[in-house]
Amino acid sequence: MLTLTCPVCGVTAEETEFHGGGEAHLKRFGPGATDDDLEGYLFMRENPRGVHFERWRHAYGCGKWFHAARCTTTLQVFGTYPAQTFEPPKEICDKISEARPGWSWRAFK
Amino acid sequence: MSTRLAAGGRLLNKEKALSFTFNGKQLRGFEGDTLASALLANDQMLIGRSFKYHRPRGVVASGAEEPNGLVNLGAEGSFEPNQRVTTTELFDGLTATSQNHWPSLEFDVGAINTHLSRFLPAGFYYKMFIHPRPLWKHVYEPFIRQSAGLGRAPKARDADTYEHFYFFCDVMVIGGGVAGLQAAKTAAASGAKVLLIEQTAHWGGRAPVDGGTVDGIPVDNFVEQTVAELEAMPNVTLRKRMMGAGVYDHGYVLGYEQLRDYAPEKPGPRHRLWRIRAGHIVTATGAIERPLSFAGNDIPGVMLASALRDYVVNYGVSAGDRTVIVTNNDDAYLTAFALNYAGLSVPVILDARVLAEDSPAMEQAKAMGIRVMMGHAVAKVKGGKRVTGVAVCSQAGEGAVLEEIACDAVAMSGGWSPVVHLWSHCGGKLSWDDAQAHFRPDVDKAPTGADGQPFVTTAGAASGALHLSDVLGDGDQAGKLAAAASGFKVKQTRCPVGESPEEAPMMPIWLMPQGAGVELRSKSWLDYQNDVKVSDVQLAAQEGFESVEHAKRYTTLGMATDQGKLSNINGLATLAGALNTSIPQVGTTTFRPPYTPISMGAIGGEARGDVFQPVRRTPMHDWHDANGADWEPVGQWRRPYAYLRPGEKVHDAVMRETKNTRENLGLLDASTLGKLIVKGPDAGRFLDMLYTNMMSTLKPGKCRYGLMCSENGFLIDDGVVARIDEETFLCHTTTGGAERIHQHMEEWLQTEWWDWQVYVANVTEQYVQVAVVGPNARTALEKLGGMDVSKEALGFMEWADGELGGFKVRVYRISFSGELSYEIAVDAGHGQAFWDALMVVGNDLGVMPYGTEALHILRAEKGFIMIGDETDGTVIPQDLGLHWAISKKKEDFLGKRAQERSHMTDPTRWKLVGLETLSGAVLPDGAYAVGEGENANGQKNMIGRVTSSYYSPNLGKGIAMGLVLHGPDRMGEVIEFPGTEGATFKARIVDPVFYDKEGEKGNV
Repeated sequence: MLTLTCPVCGVTAEETEFHGGGEAHLKRFGPGATDDDLEGYLFMRENPRGVHFERWRHAYGCGKWFHAARCTTTLQVFGTYPAQTFEPPKEICDKISEARPGWSWRAFK
Repeated sequence: MSTRLAAGGRLLNKEKALSFTFNGKQLRGFEGDTLASALLANDQMLIGRSFKYHRPRGVVASGAEEPNGLVNLGAEGSFEPNQRVTTTELFDGLTATSQNHWPSLEFDVGAINTHLSRFLPAGFYYKMFIHPRPLWKHVYEPFIRQSAGLGRAPKARDADTYEHFYFFCDVMVIGGGVAGLQAAKTAAASGAKVLLIEQTAHWGGRAPVDGGTVDGIPVDNFVEQTVAELEAMPNVTLRKRMMGAGVYDHGYVLGYEQLRDYAPEKPGPRHRLWRIRAGHIVTATGAIERPLSFAGNDIPGVMLASALRDYVVNYGVSAGDRTVIVTNNDDAYLTAFALNYAGLSVPVILDARVLAEDSPAMEQAKAMGIRVMMGHAVAKVKGGKRVTGVAVCSQAGEGAVLEEIACDAVAMSGGWSPVVHLWSHCGGKLSWDDAQAHFRPDVDKAPTGADGQPFVTTAGAASGALHLSDVLGDGDQAGKLAAAASGFKVKQTRCPVGESPEEAPMMPIWLMPQGAGVELRSKSWLDYQNDVKVSDVQLAAQEGFESVEHAKRYTTLGMATDQGKLSNINGLATLAGALNTSIPQVGTTTFRPPYTPISMGAIGGEARGDVFQPVRRTPMHDWHDANGADWEPVGQWRRPYAYLRPGEKVHDAVMRETKNTRENLGLLDASTLGKLIVKGPDAGRFLDMLYTNMMSTLKPGKCRYGLMCSENGFLIDDGVVARIDEETFLCHTTTGGAERIHQHMEEWLQTEWWDWQVYVANVTEQYVQVAVVGPNARTALEKLGGMDVSKEALGFMEWADGELGGFKVRVYRISFSGELSYEIAVDAGHGQAFWDALMVVGNDLGVMPYGTEALHILRAEKGFIMIGDETDGTVIPQDLGLHWAISKKKEDFLGKRAQERSHMTDPTRWKLVGLETLSGAVLPDGAYAVGEGENANGQKNMIGRVTSSYYSPNLGKGIAMGLVLHGPDRMGEVIEFPGTEGATFKARIVDPVFYDKEGEKGNV
């Protein structure tokens, strides 16, 4: 059972206090999108062995969504950051690079 | 025979005798006994029958690793099967019965299997019962189920209570042996908050039995001293009778505390499940002695050498008068010494090793006059329900008997395996130690936590340090490491020095004798509980089950309730031998929590019965209850299904309420419906994205019915939206949907349109909402007096604030029944008073409360859909003929693009229609309609299904809605719905609006 720190209210809490929300940084495709783009948006998900970016909600706390960068094999948490962004903050990417040199995830490196 | 010795028994209080029963027989023991030691003291060596061959079995071990000694404990509400006798502390009045035999423990018909064992090899059931298929269900399975399984499941409700407990500490030490005690002491010295737990009722682990000195004083005095020091430290919590059940992510540990299993008369919960978060975990979980694989190693009286000396030293119990010791190491000699001190006979020590010179232990044994046979082994154990002797052979040979030695007990030792379970639960890796022939933790591959750093350290025998001199140093080191890892400055303390006798190296022995033929191998047990023999594992390898995980499942090795604590390493070694590869290459199976089984009650904790989950009640709950409510759970809410009058049946009440609402006046407690306030400059724009229709054009004072879809296009909720003012909307959701839709809105606001200025508040519980429904609805409100509720002042789909009968109200003229209907919201605190007032004014207007079933029938008569009936997560609004509620003007809304996919626009999607049986009968809910032809699987083609079905008292016949292939184009056609028990219903496809098609009833 993971522990995560909510970047909005600053509380470090048990996984039971949070609710997982799948992959982070999805780009929405609406009307006018091609079938392929829509399929990618709705269904295609990363399933890495290693560095991953996820959405979490502090369900039994402040109620806010945030993002977590985490290793799916060692469960190391590289950091959490607010959901109102299109890409992970540099300091978190740096932290990942330090622990997992040469990592990449979708377009992020 | 096994018996109680006149002297000895360091854990016993011989002042206090206890009585207990085994299979109804009255027996005596002492305070401090385990059930195992007390049974042995009463010469009850035979304790159970094995799982597959029903062979007689006795106690093998003295602790948590015991595979054989499983019994039923207690009766009625305290009955529990599969309890280990070695970990059950004796109490006065304990009742135990043996398991897995018929008709009795002494004479078991199932024991015939042991003579058939040649025909029951590994995989027998898989091979035998696969063909012919139908026989499996009707013949094989019932028979196998009857004869399989260990204990029986309890029938009575558990009479005990259980609880969960949360705990946080810097360092948690699991295991209260000398390593654990020393680790806890050094960690605590740094100032860290320490929790130290021990699964048994005693501190010190094996050390007090095995002996040795620490800083020159006997080790049991050291244990006492250290415990006293720890107890005096305010930052240390100590718990006995508490097992570390599992280690999980990021330092989470489950502790299983048995509070009064040893003293049932004590008040309070029986078990406590500790949910612990530790900064760093030290597993000082000790090691488990391995059996040796020789023929007849399961006959009652064959025990682990360490267990035999535990029984002598701790409980003053001898397993037999003459004990043959068979070993591949020096440690087992301690048993010979303990027996010798107790005045018992050790006719021979069969030591499989051939050493150049005698080890100190051998010298000591010989000095005591004990015969030591180097390079010798057990060819086979003689006896049936009890050991009568051993046949001796050379270890190097094939089992030619050199001599037979009479004895009534055999003490075996195949070396020691560290208890690595807790280390491994969360990903700690192991390395193979050739010298000691065991897997031990690989310190370079520890489980890592949130910061990527190791969070588990092993200490003592759990690290592979098997001698007192090494154990203390390892524990000391682990304590310091743990304190440093959890951020404390390590205090430099002196590590006490332990002294134990020098030992000669052990020699791995995986089969005894090494050239044993099939005859012997098929009587050499690996897994006692699941009846797996050396020959079974070899067969699995031969048949291609080469992966350890496959071989395990094929043979069931290590899959019993003991999870292979004794058998795994011997099994792996046997497999490696059969595959001609090395043990580390074969690898281990996965260690999974819990370490030993924990009670279901402890897992459930307090959450059972009334407090299993919270129940949500509306302010009128008690009134409903007092007025005959037949409750229906809707989400976490309880809603009245119908209000029963004295002597009335549920169906009759539903019919009465449904009719009365159309004819007179009905009241519905609609408070459970979700009410979400959506407010802000971008509220209209936001709702346009969430609903399929246009909400931004709604005028303040007006209401509009709306549909909500997921981004995948499927209908997820519906409800009426009222615009309160330019920036404020009130969105009604379904009863089960309030929290879900609130979160849905929050998710989109926070993660996609975070720059939009909108705020959402869930005010569901702030308001009571009462639906006043029926031809007399307006009269009732007028009698209450206050605001104008005429058609002119408050038209259909309008709302107004005002006052009725002195109550501040918000009145919505909306209808889910097709009748003249007002839904009136008042502050929750005034809800009951308002309801009472309505009942008073309605008294001579024929008022009756109605429940959810009448609500359903009323809406079905009008063809209104219900989320969860007409929808099931695969239905889009277009399937339900709701095109009118889907905006064609809006560029975008959630689900719009998905609804354009080819499958969503496929003309063969089943569409909503009404259904009427030709006979007037009620269609079975959920029934499928069959069409022409068959599908690829030879099943009849389905052309539709019933989504809602009721008897309508207002129409006097069964009515239904359903989704049917090309349904709207097939009005008037008759289709067939097969029911259960051969019945078939013919139903005509009709318009889903059955009642008041023109909508005149509501428009008054």
